[in-house]
Amino acid sequence: MAKLNMVKALNLALMQEMERDPDVLVIGEDVGVDGGVFRVTEDLHRTYGSKRVIDSPLAEAGIIGASIGMALYGLKPVCEIQFSGFAFQCFHQIENHAARYRNRSQGRFHVPMVIRMPYGGGVRALEHHSESEEQFYAHIPGLKMVIPSGPRNARALLAAAIRDPDPVVFFEHKALYHAHKEDVPDESETMEIGRARVVREGDDLTLVAWGGMLRVAREAAETLEQEDGVGSDVIDLLTVAPLDRETIVRSVNKTGRVVIVHEAPRSFGPGAEIAASIMDGAFLSLEAPIARVTAHDVPFPGFAREKANVPDVARVVAAARDTLAY
Amino acid sequence: MPRTVLEPRFQVEYLSVLDAEGSLDSALDPGLPPAELKRLYRAMLLGRRLDERMVRLQRQGRIGTFAPIKGQEASQLGSVAVLRPTDWMVPSFRETAAMIWRGWPIEKLLLFFAGHLEGGQPAPDQRDLPITIPVSTQLPHAVGLAYAAQYREDDVIVMAYFGDGATSEGDFHEALNFAGVWHVPVVFVCQNNQWAISVPLKKQTNSKTIAQKALAYGLPGIQVDGNDVLAVYAASREAVARARAGDGPTLIECVTYRLGVHTTADDPTKYRSAEEVAEWERRDPLTRFAAYLKRKRLLDEGLEAAVDEEIAAAVARFEATGVADPLVMFDHVYAELPPDLKAQREALAEGLRSGEPGRREKHEPSPPMRGQRSGKR
Repeated sequence: MAKLNMVKALNLALMQEMERDPDVLVIGEDVGVDGGVFRVTEDLHRTYGSKRVIDSPLAEAGIIGASIGMALYGLKPVCEIQFSGFAFQCFHQIENHAARYRNRSQGRFHVPMVIRMPYGGGVRALEHHSESEEQFYAHIPGLKMVIPSGPRNARALLAAAIRDPDPVVFFEHKALYHAHKEDVPDESETMEIGRARVVREGDDLTLVAWGGMLRVAREAAETLEQEDGVGSDVIDLLTVAPLDRETIVRSVNKTGRVVIVHEAPRSFGPGAEIAASIMDGAFLSLEAPIARVTAHDVPFPGFAREKANVPDVARVVAAARDTLAY
Repeated sequence: MPRTVLEPRFQVEYLSVLDAEGSLDSALDPGLPPAELKRLYRAMLLGRRLDERMVRLQRQGRIGTFAPIKGQEASQLGSVAVLRPTDWMVPSFRETAAMIWRGWPIEKLLLFFAGHLEGGQPAPDQRDLPITIPVSTQLPHAVGLAYAAQYREDDVIVMAYFGDGATSEGDFHEALNFAGVWHVPVVFVCQNNQWAISVPLKKQTNSKTIAQKALAYGLPGIQVDGNDVLAVYAASREAVARARAGDGPTLIECVTYRLGVHTTADDPTKYRSAEEVAEWERRDPLTRFAAYLKRKRLLDEGLEAAVDEEIAAAVARFEATGVADPLVMFDHVYAELPPDLKAQREALAEGLRSGEPGRREKHEPSPPMRGQRSGKR
């Protein structure tokens, strides 16, 4: 057991998976000698060499496309796209091919690869370095979309993603990389992909969040408990797709009130899909309209204005109070 | 601080072995045994006759849109014929003749173009990727396959196909660049058929050749007469040998011509002249190879009838295929069906059984009845 931040926890997962399975390779821009711009791949190159830890040319479609070829051959590439905002230069490879080879070949081939991408705001960065785009990937049949919320689940989910026979897009929130440390077991650990977790329990309200928004939801739940005496279920989604509707529906059937928090823009975002699931599974239990607290439907506004765009505790608390008062 | 010319300067070779009349340049003859020459011609003829048959099948509504290969038989067969079954073949969407050479049953290709998923499934031991439709996007996959082969130290090379239009796409350039940097065993075969739907080569690139694009990425490029099966064979054999020896990738530009339509949804009379087509018909790859084989007394009587019979039998097997079971669409999305998708599959299955498609999916757990809740409101 060691106290690790998310960067070190992710690094531990990569180290251990590469040790466990010689078919696991790491590929991306600056992932080798430099250890990655966020240091997630630090020391991998020194330990496993240039053939397994590949400093690729600066070309996202080439990285993902070549990794698809490796995966078709039977290897398990773990690709890093330096920032999720640059993934549109390989989006066609992900949608047209990574997600579809199993189907196109009717099971003759599959694509066991992981596409890691730092995402999210709050780090005072330039355009294309702060966005949240999970909805694009969650919408694609054949892909899985995973977003950890802390060091321990990041490590366990990354190990699970690497062992998954299907392609997994794995988002890492930049503001969480160094945010806090957790006890992470030394021995290898995985978590089931497709399962949400209830990380705080209460009977009055359900808060659904993931990635960088989880701590916002947790703090909002704490405030509501302290100031209003309101008990909240806080659900950490962990996997956006396939969505664990059962956990959400069970909670809303208990509480009757729900606030969904995400950092992606609102319209057609994951919150809409979650709301539809609640309508399907918990319609008769609802005591108030489903609320969403999200980024606005604007291009990321530059970090001078990001605080007004990314949901914070005050906005979540306000939305919860409206919901509770309905 | 001079301004000087950097060395080395580059050259691009052009290779032609058989001229349009079927006369051989014996110094460049790849020296194929008679049985191999006959096998190549048969495969070219099969490709041509199947192509004509498929156009008729499409016009009759028995298959959907497809991309004919007429005129490109030599480019496809001269190259694919140098592969071993253990090598990998990465097609785009206009490689019917090459795919049949690699073992795809004709009826499977017909199924593919008739809209059946089953038509895209390679055999369990077949090292062929399925047809890729988005232009040039398969090329990085070929590079990844080659990297993996090299990583595993397998004696395997990869051959990837694409057209002249594909060389304008970013993925072409990324693939060649990665292949050059990684020095992997891949052969890029460009079938330069002069037209990307309605756009001629001169609007596609300002380069004099496509082959020379390889040089920018530090790999050899060669231009061959793509209607000369022996030239394509010779260049491919050299490139494959280079890849197998660990000497890296090659780009081969086969200069050929699409004698037919782009796809069965296209009308080429809108954008190119009958004179141009007639000029290329004089350079037909089958005519010249047949003339050469006839002179060598290697042209079998009755070959056309035998090929047509093989095609007819395959068409009959294709037509005997039953109705497509809609539920198959769920079978290969993930290794394991997620709960959501399971519910969607069950709903469709139920709809098909009951004749009432579109009923609501069942969601668990079922909601409590109104009034059962605490009634805080």
